[in-house]
Amino acid sequence: MLIAEENQGIGEKTNMGTRTLAGGVLSDREDVTRNPIKIFTRELDMYYGAVRALQGITAEIKERAVTALIGPSGCGKSTFLRTLNRMNDTIPGARIEGTVMIDGVNIYGADVNVAALRRMVGMVFQKQNPFPKSIFDNVAYGPRLHGITDKAVLEHMVEESLKKSAIWDEVKDRLDTSAMQLSGGQQQRLCIARVLAVGPEIILMDEPASALDPLSTAKIEELIHQLRKNYTIVIVTHNMQQAARVSDFTAYFYMGSLVEFGETKTIFTNPTKKETEDYITGRFG
Amino acid sequence: MRHRLTKKSGNFSEWLIQKLLLLAGISSMLIMALIFVFLFKEAVRFFFTANPFDLIGKWVYDDWEGHYVFKMMWQSISEVPKYSLIPLICGSLLVAFPATVIAGVLGLGCAIYLSELAPSKVREILKPTLELLAGIPSVVIGFVMLAFIATFIQNTFHTKFRLNAFVGACGVALAVLPIMITIAEDAMRAVPKDLRDASYALGATKWQTVWGTVVPAAVSGISAAIILGFGRALGETMIVLMATGNAALVTGNIFSSVRTMTANIAAELGSVAQGSEHYYALFLVGAVLFTFTFVLNLVSEIVLNKMRQKLRM
Repeated sequence: MLIAEENQGIGEKTNMGTRTLAGGVLSDREDVTRNPIKIFTRELDMYYGAVRALQGITAEIKERAVTALIGPSGCGKSTFLRTLNRMNDTIPGARIEGTVMIDGVNIYGADVNVAALRRMVGMVFQKQNPFPKSIFDNVAYGPRLHGITDKAVLEHMVEESLKKSAIWDEVKDRLDTSAMQLSGGQQQRLCIARVLAVGPEIILMDEPASALDPLSTAKIEELIHQLRKNYTIVIVTHNMQQAARVSDFTAYFYMGSLVEFGETKTIFTNPTKKETEDYITGRFG
Repeated sequence: MRHRLTKKSGNFSEWLIQKLLLLAGISSMLIMALIFVFLFKEAVRFFFTANPFDLIGKWVYDDWEGHYVFKMMWQSISEVPKYSLIPLICGSLLVAFPATVIAGVLGLGCAIYLSELAPSKVREILKPTLELLAGIPSVVIGFVMLAFIATFIQNTFHTKFRLNAFVGACGVALAVLPIMITIAEDAMRAVPKDLRDASYALGATKWQTVWGTVVPAAVSGISAAIILGFGRALGETMIVLMATGNAALVTGNIFSSVRTMTANIAAELGSVAQGSEHYYALFLVGAVLFTFTFVLNLVSEIVLNKMRQKLRM
């Protein structure tokens, strides 16, 4: 009875948005549920040696939308994220079964060029990891890898990428200084710019704001909101409010399984599974 | 009786162990300082009897030419002893430079392979093997160089002298290789996995990641390895004594016989009259050598510290 009272008004429209189970409100945003499917995984199993880290994940991730992966630590959400650009390939003993299709191509197929895949599916890491090089060289790293050497072209790409990641104004006068001198939040936006410079279609973010202060977090979230118009974004987060704020779809992972996957609005106001509700309301996790 | 909470912790044996360890620490530093003082004290006495300019060269009347000529020579037991350091420094550099280049190229390649490319099983075999190489006595390397490799090199390059700077450099390269590999590999392994991941995630291949991210991030450590290797190469004695021919010539020809500072001291100090000018001259050579290697070690230490700071995020 008490819980029912607490939950009063959940799902109700307020003049700011929709109230959620996790507290806070969902901002109203345009409908992306009809967007085409960008990533499709079917019966995806993932093993680290003998340990099964993912069990039969079947999911559809929509284009030009933000999909949040939530769940307690060790539930497999980061592992799932890293199967989408084959970053798990670098871990010895990692093995995969099932399929991951991006634009209808199985990315674990024998003829897939992993470098090209990773250019298309960029990744931002939990801990900001700029190279110990200049700001310019950080952003130009990707284009240079792929054979662009013309200075004017590189300068243009760097400027565009830094503008898109909303850091241009802060660094335009010191592109040749070391990236290590930037603040944590600036470094993370620089890392996003670095990803944008290789022209991805999908951006994977592994808890991109977990090491940042609230103000920097807000900037990153605002940036995600901007990027969503042109990119498919998959974001792992521990922060329920953040998932509610930034995402269109939410996937709840638990013990390597995908428990529930649906529109963020539904998951956060009216989840079908009891476990999801328990996790979102903070009674578990 | 005192309360158990106010009782002094530790006891006599604890105190004794601490003091003994402190003594061990201090004594090693003290020995270093004493060597330093002794070396320079003896070296300075050279200037009591000789002209400092003699260290570069001497005007000597040449009977053959019939006039005075300026000679940059090390002729310690001649009628007019000559103590020019130029041929010795020249010899040392002519061995140490090529040795560092050879060991640098081989060592960097090996370090990259070990830290980035080698499967763990290969690494498990290769690493101890390299460490065994460090355990080979330098006299053995010198012997192999003197007896076999020198002939091989002479036949290959048709050199005038069988024992020359290049033969010595090859031997010294072998001797400094293990330390260079170890330091360079440590430096590359210290590059955080984050940076490698960032590079791979941008679509870099393994080699692009190694060359574009790992090596630049570890460049200070790699430089330190090279500088330290150079210092070791300068200080190496037995191999150069055996394999370089020991002719104190001022030359730039790598296939010429040379005499290094170290070989010079080793060859002459045993038979010199204590307290003679010659004796002090040898100490002066030692002091110069010590200064060289001390500065190189210092620089490499500073460079390594810089790198540790740079990678701390």
